[in-house]
Amino acid sequence: MTYTIKTAQNEWEIVCGLEIHCQIISKSKIFSGASTEFGDDANENVSFIDAGMPGMLPVLNKECVHQAVKTGLGLNAEINKYSVFSRKNYFYADQPNGYQITQYEYPIVGKGSVKIDLSDGSSKEIGITRIHIEQDAAKSIHDLNPKKSYIDFNRAGVGLMEIVTEPDFRSPEEAGAFLKKLRSIVRYLETCDGNMDEGSMRCDASISVRLKGEKGMRERAEIKNVNSVKFAMQAIENEAKRQIEIYEQGGTIEQQTRQFDQTTGQTKFLRLKEYADDYRYFPEPDLPPLYLTDEYIENIKKEMVELPDAKKERFIKQFGLTPYDADLLTESRQSADFFEKAAKGHDGKKVANWILGELFANLNANKLSLEQSPVTPEMIGELVDLIAQNVISGKIAKDVFAYMWQSREMPSKIVEEKGLKQVTDTGAVEKIVDEVLAQNPDNLNAYKAGKTNLFGWFVGQVMKASKGAANPGLVNELLKKKLG
Amino acid sequence: MDEFAMGGSNEHSFYGPVINPYSKEKPLVPGGSSGGSAAAVAADMCAAATGTDTGGSIRQPAAFCGIVGIKPTYGRCSRWGIMAFASSLDQAGPMTKDVTDAALMLKAMAGYDAKDSTSSKLPVPDFEKVLGQDIRGLKIGVPQEYRPDGLNAEIASYWDKAAEMLQSRGAEIVPISLPHTKYALPVYYIIAPAEASSNLARYDGIRYGLRVNGEKLDDLYVNTRTEGFGAEVKRRIMIGTYVLSAGYYDAYYLKAQKVRRLIKNDFDDAFKKCDLILAPTSPVAAFEISDKSMNENPINMYLNDIFTVSVNLAGLPALSLPIGLNHDGLPLAMQLIGKAFDEETIFKAAYGLEQDAGFERK
Repeated sequence: MTYTIKTAQNEWEIVCGLEIHCQIISKSKIFSGASTEFGDDANENVSFIDAGMPGMLPVLNKECVHQAVKTGLGLNAEINKYSVFSRKNYFYADQPNGYQITQYEYPIVGKGSVKIDLSDGSSKEIGITRIHIEQDAAKSIHDLNPKKSYIDFNRAGVGLMEIVTEPDFRSPEEAGAFLKKLRSIVRYLETCDGNMDEGSMRCDASISVRLKGEKGMRERAEIKNVNSVKFAMQAIENEAKRQIEIYEQGGTIEQQTRQFDQTTGQTKFLRLKEYADDYRYFPEPDLPPLYLTDEYIENIKKEMVELPDAKKERFIKQFGLTPYDADLLTESRQSADFFEKAAKGHDGKKVANWILGELFANLNANKLSLEQSPVTPEMIGELVDLIAQNVISGKIAKDVFAYMWQSREMPSKIVEEKGLKQVTDTGAVEKIVDEVLAQNPDNLNAYKAGKTNLFGWFVGQVMKASKGAANPGLVNELLKKKLG
Repeated sequence: MDEFAMGGSNEHSFYGPVINPYSKEKPLVPGGSSGGSAAAVAADMCAAATGTDTGGSIRQPAAFCGIVGIKPTYGRCSRWGIMAFASSLDQAGPMTKDVTDAALMLKAMAGYDAKDSTSSKLPVPDFEKVLGQDIRGLKIGVPQEYRPDGLNAEIASYWDKAAEMLQSRGAEIVPISLPHTKYALPVYYIIAPAEASSNLARYDGIRYGLRVNGEKLDDLYVNTRTEGFGAEVKRRIMIGTYVLSAGYYDAYYLKAQKVRRLIKNDFDDAFKKCDLILAPTSPVAAFEISDKSMNENPINMYLNDIFTVSVNLAGLPALSLPIGLNHDGLPLAMQLIGKAFDEETIFKAAYGLEQDAGFERK
């Protein structure tokens, strides 16, 4: 499905690329031994290196390298056995050294690709240009005092992976799907927690527009720090519309940096690119080039886990799930694991329905995570079996689920104790049917006179009389016979 | 010392200049940047001192003050704790009264440090053990490029004498060529300021040290750094910022890095023919404080580094030792340049040369 923005005169296409900063999961910072713990008191986790004290030198944290390589492999990317750290020089209060140690010409990870699935059932490959590793800046706090700014250096020096994509996105939906997929991959790999709201995953989007069919790219605007998937999609759409409006009024777009405003959903001008800082990059003399061996990379390959795409394929094949359900279940490793545990030895498709339906609805309503769920995978598996074996009906199963949620007891026990077993004994059900027919002669006559839509009413009456315990199939069968 | 180790005369110290103990009527400079260390050792105020050498800052003041100073191989000593000037050139080393003390001191200072990623894991030899060992058969290279027209005659003559001394101990003198020597100073004065401009960015008044407030953040930076840095430091920050700027990077910094590689290759080629290189440490003896030509044109001051900077660019070890006095009674010095991580051969030859020169500090 091609996404375009149609105006009275033209049909426009979006060209967008993303840069995503992912905070690396590691115990200590990328060039110092200080802790990376989020949420500690301000300036608790600051070493002399992070504070930019004189005479301090960076020492590369091997864990961060490992995490970046792992992420690269997860994004089907080339791992560069030779990479170089560089200094990006600029003055800002949250930049303690006056430069950021990053990688410039020789990043640790090269070209890769990520498959995204779209709502119309199609999928698309998004090109990864590179991943480089670098240190995060400190955090400026401007809202504590009208005249002063404060700086929390806890974040200074935390390892970051900057993931750069090709300008492959043609719609906000594609960018959104990519961000979700990327977040899911780094979470599977446990290389980044992917929490955009806490800033551990931050996104910049480069956006330009062109007429449908036009070759080449026009000037682009870079939108900084968009901190949710929804905002990213909004920013792309609104920025594209802004540019189109300018073009259609005969204006031009200059290369510029803009900021997304969460309250309006619009982008705000920050600065023109030509006035941007000259970062005076040069190779970091305090760190030797980074060399990785084939053996090192092979060892990391061995610890790779099954990633969402592979898991999804397997779920479809092994359990007969629909691609849509498989997609939802594999979005996080936790839900995929929960499903696999629940589906083991049971009807996977039905298990998926219960997880995605009843369980997720209850979790959402109670604002609980899957880990906090009172209902276990084993309970779901057993519940599905009870329905399949005609012990309870689907309707009663919902009640059983509600009891499970409260009592955390196995469904078989609940069914037993509450006497919820459905009546499958023909004689017993027939007795109830006969009673219902006998008690409602008027409706019986009406039915016989041709008002056949009363059939459902009779079913309901029988079910009610049996307190829901009668097997609905059997009730139908018997009623059909008796009503003729 | 000179502010941020930038200077060759100690006139750029925030606390005023250090005076060379060899001064007579007029106060002389002790050299720089580690001139305070050199003067203190020469004046017998201490047994030994440490210094750092980015372009000659141990060797040149050692030469001016008549003491021994060694800049070890890059990576031999940890740079951790040293305020960085030019990270790819900086090395710490001892400044001592004689070669034996230098060997002892270096052994104590050298070795791998996990806190400095550029420090070497090679074992540290017992430098003292080689002192007094035979130097017969050692090949001593004498680079023709270090003897330009107009080289001070006394220095030239001491150089010849030093070569003869080593020869009479059984060493062989070989003429060598270091063809890219003429580019060493310009290359040094691109790379060192470039790295310095970045290393000194942290002195911004935000976290520690002097802060001169301003209306906005940029004003705070400008005010703080304007007041805090001296003229020579500012000059080098400006040069360094310029050579790293977009549009100039390729022409200056990148080109300088390429020539630096050629200078290193020169030494590699030379060391195929010889084991050590003998050359003067400085083209001049100690000069007067506030010397007009040096202060009017900083280039004249920079020219004093002509024999020392190549060694830093190539990351090699070099030891300066006093060889005799000039007509004014001021010390002159020779340096022995060794292969990377071969300080032992330097110490061996330097010890012999020290015996033969019989230099006595007054």
